[in-house]
Amino acid sequence: MAKRDFMRRLPGMGSELRRPASVWRRLHIDLPLLLLLMALAAFGLTILYSAAGDELHYVKRQSVFMVLAFVTFFVAAQVPLDIYRRWSPWFYLLGTAMLVAVLFVGVGAKGAQRWLEVGGFRFQPSEALKLAVPIAVAAFLHKRSLPPGFLTVFTTLLIIAVPAALIVRQPDLGTSILIAASGIFALYLSGLSWKMIGSAVGMLLLAAWPIWQWGLRDYQKQRIMTLFDPDADRLGAGWNIFQSKAAIGSGGLTGKGYMAGTQSQLDFLPESHTDFIIAVLAEEWGLRGVLLLLLLYVLIVARGIYISFVAQTVFGRLLAGSITLTFFVYIFVNIGMVTGLLPVVGVPLPLVSHGGTSVITLMAGFGILMAVATEQRRLTI
Amino acid sequence: MGATKVKQIQPGIPRWRFALVAACLVVMCGALVVHLAKLQVVPSEDRGFEFLQEEGRARTLRTESIAAYRGSIVDRNGEQLAVSTPVSTVWANPKQLAQAADRLPQLASALGMSEKALRAKLKNYRNKEFMYLKRRVDPSEAQQVLALDVPGVFERSEYRRYYPAGEVAAHIVGFTDIDDRGQEGMELAFDEWLNGTPGKKRVVKDLKGRVVQDLALLEEAQPGGNLQLTIDLRLQYLAYRELKAAVAENNASSGSMVILDADTGDVLAMVNQPSFNPNDRKTAKPGTTRNRAITDQIEPGSVMKALTMMAALESGRFTPASVFQTSPGWIHIGGKTFKDPVNYGSLDLAGILMKSSQVGTTKLAMELEPDAVRDLFYRAGLGESVGTGFPGESAGKLPSRTRWHPVERANFAFGYGLTVSALQLAQAYNVIANKGVKKSVNLVVGDAAVHTEEQVVEEKVAKQVVRMMTTVTGDAGTGKRARVEGYTVAGKTGTARKVTSKGYSEDRHRSVFAGFIPADEPRLVAAIVVEDPGNEKYHGGDVAAPVFGKVMESAMRMLGESPESDRDPAKQLAAQVQKRETAI
Repeated sequence: MAKRDFMRRLPGMGSELRRPASVWRRLHIDLPLLLLLMALAAFGLTILYSAAGDELHYVKRQSVFMVLAFVTFFVAAQVPLDIYRRWSPWFYLLGTAMLVAVLFVGVGAKGAQRWLEVGGFRFQPSEALKLAVPIAVAAFLHKRSLPPGFLTVFTTLLIIAVPAALIVRQPDLGTSILIAASGIFALYLSGLSWKMIGSAVGMLLLAAWPIWQWGLRDYQKQRIMTLFDPDADRLGAGWNIFQSKAAIGSGGLTGKGYMAGTQSQLDFLPESHTDFIIAVLAEEWGLRGVLLLLLLYVLIVARGIYISFVAQTVFGRLLAGSITLTFFVYIFVNIGMVTGLLPVVGVPLPLVSHGGTSVITLMAGFGILMAVATEQRRLTI
Repeated sequence: MGATKVKQIQPGIPRWRFALVAACLVVMCGALVVHLAKLQVVPSEDRGFEFLQEEGRARTLRTESIAAYRGSIVDRNGEQLAVSTPVSTVWANPKQLAQAADRLPQLASALGMSEKALRAKLKNYRNKEFMYLKRRVDPSEAQQVLALDVPGVFERSEYRRYYPAGEVAAHIVGFTDIDDRGQEGMELAFDEWLNGTPGKKRVVKDLKGRVVQDLALLEEAQPGGNLQLTIDLRLQYLAYRELKAAVAENNASSGSMVILDADTGDVLAMVNQPSFNPNDRKTAKPGTTRNRAITDQIEPGSVMKALTMMAALESGRFTPASVFQTSPGWIHIGGKTFKDPVNYGSLDLAGILMKSSQVGTTKLAMELEPDAVRDLFYRAGLGESVGTGFPGESAGKLPSRTRWHPVERANFAFGYGLTVSALQLAQAYNVIANKGVKKSVNLVVGDAAVHTEEQVVEEKVAKQVVRMMTTVTGDAGTGKRARVEGYTVAGKTGTARKVTSKGYSEDRHRSVFAGFIPADEPRLVAAIVVEDPGNEKYHGGDVAAPVFGKVMESAMRMLGESPESDRDPAKQLAAQVQKRETAI
């Protein structure tokens, strides 16, 4: 604030040199990112339309959420970064408190307790943490001298671990991994020393056996075992993966044509409109379609990394990097799991899978990314 | 504040970190692309896209069978005896139907069953994938049910068998079960031929088993072959009507009649009482579906005397004029007494046959070689299956002995101690009608028919017996009620005592008549058996012979056989004179 006041007072830095403050300049919009996101959203809805089959209500609901998400996105982009940074402890504490509440009064389905119900409205607090954790970590590191020392790293890990552990308890391994990853990315980008990275990896390897033995639930172990030998239990744990592989494989290079996939259209593919939606794309559009989608994703990620790279503040840089890389983890884990490369964890394909909260969280994240991208304008206006 | 907030990134730290991140991303993306390519396009990858495509197809492609049209059965003139008409069967997948419980009342009313019954049925089949809702209904009726679009309810087209001749030809034609497979009669005997081959088509089915798309016709359904029987439906109707009337009139329990074409050995009619309606078999009583004429073995009794006479003449020791003394009307043989109704006095062979004298036949039998009679019976086709291929055809029993007891020799000669079917009896009489030539008997026209001819008895002998047999239907004979105006009938009556658990019964009888018409150049041969005539009259000449007379009278006219009197110039003239006189 002080800075802005200062700049306004400088002669010649005002009206003469800068271009007229058009609406575009005033709006905090990064045009390449916006266009890519709109293309992805359109493509996503197109795939969903086919995957939903005769259950059109999924498409309608998703469209409504898309609109809401883009509104959220625009609003998030207009908020000055400082506000995110200053409010970050409160976001974080509120989010963690809700996670604790979920453990006690949460509601759920299929053996997982993930939702809070307030006045008839259901929401998933873990979604909010997907943003709150990277913001908190970036804000925390912003104030420290970098590269971070041991105490800073330890504190950061604690900030990450508390919500991650709470979410594992729900249980929701997928979200927990995403949240932990988002914090760790920020930590990494802050200049974490290689010694620490090395020792962390070493400890993780040492801890692998105890985690396998006591840390994982039976169904989680089963999913991992399925990964190594998908045919061992084709009718049981391996069913979903085998069905999705059959759908993907039968797509070939060019696919069977839009709305013409036999596996997906005839209900053989489980969860075809949510986590396994890429199998529908693979079957109907073939490898070409999948590569097209991947290209869109890669361009968005590349744009995000660029924004992070050129960001002017540590907070902005860490936050942008964290959001972008988490987005990539989404994609990688989802495609990896559907194609049988990774164990099945419930991670949706961003902006394509049906799921309202996930779309809004993701777009809010991109809004923040855009706020970072346009922070420079705020400084120069 | 400003100094700490707009914190410049320390030089040296970030740049290569970003490069490393970017490199990682590229590697990971590359891994995904390689993996996807392996799944989708790289050939001959183990469990690669070929395998997965096959798996995908295996989930959705199914081969469905197409019902084949079952061949028709027709009579020798092409009249329909059994035809298939298209019908629809409505079936359901109980697991799917159970999920649409709210639609059950609607479905039940469309099916015309109570909701309770439908629910009970659904409960019974709840672990199954298939149950019939309504079988073999009119296609339009099935469409009404399908129009409700209840999940898990499907249609299948099938064929239903219809028998236009109903009970008249029921025994010989037989019937199929609800799956259209032959169960009895010719439907069973020629099931493979009639049935055809179901076709196959390739369809795409979804997870719920609904056919989404017909892809290709793999095999056209091959309709079954048609079958032509030797039956003449007109004669069949005629024989049925008269037999039914005779059985009713004489208060009998059952009866059979077989008519053969003397020239070809074709079965022209084969009827039984009681009969059943093959179009509504639920009402059929047990025992009514048996084709008695071909499956039941009976002791024929005196009708066999005509063949015994052939054996006697064949021996060369007797002529039709050889005389036997039958006085005093009874004879003791081996501790048994055989009686004639009255004392016939001296009888020649023709007289023995005409009067059906037990005493005369017994005396004759004692004179013959013990095996001569049996051997002749055997040559005439007894003790051996006729070979029509009809399911359950009986061969009868023709015992052979090394040492014949005198009683057995006498019994054999007048038709006891052996069993035959009505069809075998007709075949044996056909040997006489054809002047000693045994002709194969057929039920079908076409390739499946077998035609053989064999001279089994000397022609001269057979002709002599035919002449003797014509006296049976003469004024003094036992079979005069078999006579047909304008034709000479050769035949023989028989009245057999029935075997019960207490030996031969005194009051239960079997009336038999066998014969052919016209005697000289026979056109039709028939055998009639009536069991248990319940009235006072039970003799073959009173019960069975009239059936022959009535059937043949109409049959001759129907076949356009001109009366013998028309062919004899002298008789023709006399008839014309008579006609003119009456006209004047």
